[in-house]
Amino acid sequence: MNQRPAMDLSGLPTFGHGPRSPTWWGTLGFMALEGTGFALAAGAYLYLATLWPNWRLSAPQPNHWPGTIVTLLLIASLVPNHILNGYAKQCAIGPVRIGMVVMSLLGIAPLVVRWFEFPALNIYWDTNAYGSMLWVLLGLHTTHLITDVGDTIVLTVLMFTHHGYSGRRFGDVGDNVFYWDFVVLTWIPIYLLIYWLPRWG
Amino acid sequence: MSSADITSERDLPPESEASAKGDVAPERDGPRDTGLDDASLHRWLARTWRTPPGIIGALSSVDHKVIARRYLITAFLFLCLGGLNAVVMRIQLSGPRRGLIGPDLYNQLFTMHGVTMMFLFAVPIVQATGIYLVPLMVGTRNIAFPRLNAFSYWVYVSGGLFAWVSFALSMAPDVGWFAYVPLSGPEYAPGKRADVWAQMITYTEVSSLAVAVATIVTVFKHRAPGMSLDKIPLYVWALLVTSFVVVFAMPAVMVTSTFLILDRLVGTHIFNPAEGGDALLFQHLFWFFGHPEVYIIFLPATGMVSAIIPAFARRPMFGHLGLVLSLIAVGFLSFGLWVHHMFATGLPKLGASFFTASSMMIAIPNGVQIFCWLATLWDSRPVIRTPLLFVFGFFFIFVIGGLTGVMLASVPLDLQVHDTYFVVAHFHYVLIGGSVFPLLGAAYFWFPKITGRMMSERLGRWHFWLAMVGFNAAFFPMHIVGLWGMPRRVYTYPAELGWGNINFFISAGAVLFFLSFVLFAFNLVHSALRGAPAGDNLWDAGTLEWATSSPPPSYNFARIPIVTNVEPLWAEREALPVATGLRVDVRELVVSTVAEAHPDIREKSATPSIWPLLAAIAVGGTFLYSIFTPWAIVWGAAPIAITLIGWFWPKGDPEDEE
Ligand code: HEM
Ligand SMILES: [Cu+2]
Repeated sequence: MNQRPAMDLSGLPTFGHGPRSPTWWGTLGFMALEGTGFALAAGAYLYLATLWPNWRLSAPQPNHWPGTIVTLLLIASLVPNHILNGYAKQCAIGPVRIGMVVMSLLGIAPLVVRWFEFPALNIYWDTNAYGSMLWVLLGLHTTHLITDVGDTIVLTVLMFTHHGYSGRRFGDVGDNVFYWDFVVLTWIPIYLLIYWLPRWG
Repeated sequence: MSSADITSERDLPPESEASAKGDVAPERDGPRDTGLDDASLHRWLARTWRTPPGIIGALSSVDHKVIARRYLITAFLFLCLGGLNAVVMRIQLSGPRRGLIGPDLYNQLFTMHGVTMMFLFAVPIVQATGIYLVPLMVGTRNIAFPRLNAFSYWVYVSGGLFAWVSFALSMAPDVGWFAYVPLSGPEYAPGKRADVWAQMITYTEVSSLAVAVATIVTVFKHRAPGMSLDKIPLYVWALLVTSFVVVFAMPAVMVTSTFLILDRLVGTHIFNPAEGGDALLFQHLFWFFGHPEVYIIFLPATGMVSAIIPAFARRPMFGHLGLVLSLIAVGFLSFGLWVHHMFATGLPKLGASFFTASSMMIAIPNGVQIFCWLATLWDSRPVIRTPLLFVFGFFFIFVIGGLTGVMLASVPLDLQVHDTYFVVAHFHYVLIGGSVFPLLGAAYFWFPKITGRMMSERLGRWHFWLAMVGFNAAFFPMHIVGLWGMPRRVYTYPAELGWGNINFFISAGAVLFFLSFVLFAFNLVHSALRGAPAGDNLWDAGTLEWATSSPPPSYNFARIPIVTNVEPLWAEREALPVATGLRVDVRELVVSTVAEAHPDIREKSATPSIWPLLAAIAVGGTFLYSIFTPWAIVWGAAPIAITLIGWFWPKGDPEDEE
């Protein structure tokens, strides 16, 4: 088919941040599907909780302290996370490197405390369905946390190589910031479901 | 390959340009397409976008057309396998008390038939058609996240192999395609068969979810300049809505199968009522996915119909906006219907009435679509070719399926025919009428684009009539035996019931229907080898995939088209407006804004890589191993992490760096 040039794109930039970039939308897509998975697991938990009048099925209360510490750590990590985002937008390699190291550490810290959360549930997964659901919810979020921390560490290393010095990498840092927000956000309802719903019930 | 190699191989003068801001490496600029003559443009782009030669090259391909072709062929093979399952079942049922196969094998057969058709054929094939067509129709050079797309194919193949190798080892699931607990739970399903069901679901859903995300982002961000929301082709809309339905529905079945495997493998009690769990929870979770699943299969098919009709009616679709809105409405409503699969479980009355009402409500947007199609055909003089014949077949069969569906949405009738052949007849009318017939029409319609050759029109017509007669002969009488009371999933029946003759008739129809696919396969192979050359736009259709050659080159379009109309090729008959200024030495394409499709970024698309295959092997191995021990997740984590790092770690191509 015949063609006639009608537009010149040579002046366009080669990368963009946030919703301008396809990767950002891909990240959002994965958040949507993972969020749906979380919501359904939480829905299953609530379904069972309302089905059985004696929910918690005479199990002891979970100890909420490890979970509460994780929650506080996660919320606190949002501040450096967003400072890092600002540097990524300015494509400032030095502060971004420091920020990535900080975020890696702030990812590992809640994972360490998470280790103590499982015994603090005060029930095993195979005791009854209440125990099963607690382990499932906590397990789901832990998987989420581990994958994102792994991702953050790899990206941190990458930022210290010569590959870090590129617009595309700063976009990746921005997406990493975005995803961490999501990891923190999904934890809040799970935290309430695991530790506080049994107290009200 | 390092960037130095590329520079020397592609002999570029290393030009540098001051960077815009911050600490970004200056972009190494390369030759642009501006002012390049057609022959050298082709030479550059062909070298930049080619799939590397050799076996490793083939396994590394990230070309959406190559991946889609593999998907299409694989899904077609699974259709044949699932069809053979069905033929074997029908031979066993062709008369009372046939001893050809026993109950155990029969259980595996109908389960394998169901899962193969739903998870290995119907969903993958509609997504594969989208992988091929969506990037072409929106005027871009590759799908978004090409490596994720390649990965999805390998995961899908491993899931299919896993299920069918299990079948060969007599280890196939035997609990029906929806594997209800308690039947599939630890107490009633010892052995590994139910685990095979649960994990094959995981494979196929991971793959569909990946494709759905890639499709959404392609449609949002890679549309050709000027293709604002109101100029997106209907087929692309259909795939977009479908991908959203996948994103919100498929996690439900993954949650279901994961819960099931946990109950079976590590002793959780999620579905165990004796320990505070609940069996109906399984059905809720499953059908939260299962009903949208029907629309995941059906919506792309309506998109195909909406692409075929204007081409033969020789006019743009009547009611474009109405069609888009009904697609979106169907997408939303499909989530409000799941409970109609559970009327026989004794739900509260009011709840049941709500779901009856919403089941009937979905008829409204579907009705709008049918009205628009008919209106388009009505005041035109359609050219009747094989693709359009299959569209007519779809109308006819789907309307019958819809009618029996409305009947089943009423609770008293559903209770009466629950789990009989009436239901089997209904869902085959919907699935085959609503999806397979449009797909066959689409095959005749786009085959010339994909291969550059025509399919035989004469064989096509034979195929159509054979399929119509065979299908109706096989499935219409099933309504009747269903009303007589013949239950589904029985491996035989006594002679005294008098169901022998009609079942013989049904089986004969099934064989005829199967033969129609043999004829189709012959037509495909024969035409691919010997068909008449097709030309770029043999139907004189209006959407962008017809603007490029048949088969399209690796880079799809020598220059990115600019869109001025829903049927851009009809609006710009003399010369298609195109954009210039992209680099030709690296894989560059245009990223545009979501609503208006203003060109915004010149982005690099990923280069071929073997890592998606290796990652799929690591992931697939982990899933396989996990039916034996939960520790698989721990052991599998290392290879998965390594392959993912290999996948994302930049190798120094300009595509990775800028
Ligand atoms: C050659 C064409 C086909 C024939 C002859 C056929 C025949 C059958 C028969 C006889 C059954 C009922 C088995 C039983 O309940 O004992 C069945 C079940 C089923 N079919 Fe088909 N079928 C065909 C194509 C398809 C296609 C194309 C799809 C989907 C797109 C499909 C999806 C299903 C499903 C989901 C079931 C239910 C399996 C279960 O009960 O778990 N079939 N089919
Ligand atoms: Cu349904």
